Amino acid sequence: MLIATSVALFALGLLGVIVRRNVLVMLMCMELMLNGVNLSLVTFAQQTASSAGAVLVFLIFVVAAAEIAIAIPIVLLLVHRNAVLDLDAYTDLKG
Amino acid sequence: MIETLLLWLFAGTALVAAVLMLVLRHPMRVALALTATMLSLAGVYALLGVHVIAVFQVLIYVGAVMVFMVYAIMLLDVRDRSFTRRFSRLLVPGVAAALLFVAIVAHGVWRALPEPAGGPGGALFGLQPFSAEFLNQYWLHFELVSVLLVAAIVAALAVLEVGRRHRG
Repeated sequence: MLIATSVALFALGLLGVIVRRNVLVMLMCMELMLNGVNLSLVTFAQQTASSAGAVLVFLIFVVAAAEIAIAIPIVLLLVHRNAVLDLDAYTDLKG
Repeated sequence: MIETLLLWLFAGTALVAAVLMLVLRHPMRVALALTATMLSLAGVYALLGVHVIAVFQVLIYVGAVMVFMVYAIMLLDVRDRSFTRRFSRLLVPGVAAALLFVAIVAHGVWRALPEPAGGPGGALFGLQPFSAEFLNQYWLHFELVSVLLVAAIVAALAVLEVGRRHRG
C-alpha cells in the first residue's frame, strides 16, 4: 500500500513538472518526486530491516537541500531579468 | 488497529495534498499543500518506526527547504501568464505520459515486490544505532555529501555574484 502511495506521489510530481507553467511550482513538484522516492526507500528499509535505505534517504535530504539552494538563486536571477515566472517565456535559453 | 488506521489517514492526506498541488493556482497555496504532504509523510515514517527520518523530514524539508521556498514565493509575487493559465500546452501529452509511466512501473514493480515482513523494525532506527551504523559503515558517503554541500554553497555564491555583475 505504501509502495503504491510512493508511485502515485512520484507520478503526480512528474505530471506537475510537465504540466504546470510556473517555475516555482515546477520546483515544488520536483520536491514531491523526491518525497515519493523517499517513501519507497523508507518502506523497503523497514520491510527488510536494513539501515541502508534510511542512510540513502538522509543523503537524498542533503541533495534536495543543495538543489533548492542552487535553483532558487537561478530563478531569482531569471525573474529579475525578465519579470516572468512562466517557463514558456524562457525559450531563448535553448542552446 | 489504530496504527493501521492512522497509516491510511496519513497516506491519504499525502495523496490528496499532492493532487491539490496540481490544481491550485497560487504558488503559495501549492507550497502549503506540499508542506501538508511532507508532514503527512513524516507521520507515516514515525508510524513505521523510522523516527530519525521522520524528525529529519520535519527539520530539513519543512523547516529549511519549504521556508526557503516560501521566501522565494513572497519575493517573486509576479502575476503573469502562468497565473491566469495554470497548465502549459503539454497538458494532454503530459497526462498520457504520466499514465503510461504508472502503468509501466506498476507492471514492472508489482511482481518483484518482497513479501512484507510486518512488525516495525523500530530498534534498528533509533538515533543511537542509526548514527553508529551510519558513521561506521557509510562514513565515505557522509564525507562526499559534505563536499557536495560545500560545492552547492560555492555555486550559490557564484550565481549571486553573476547577478550582481549583471546589474552593474
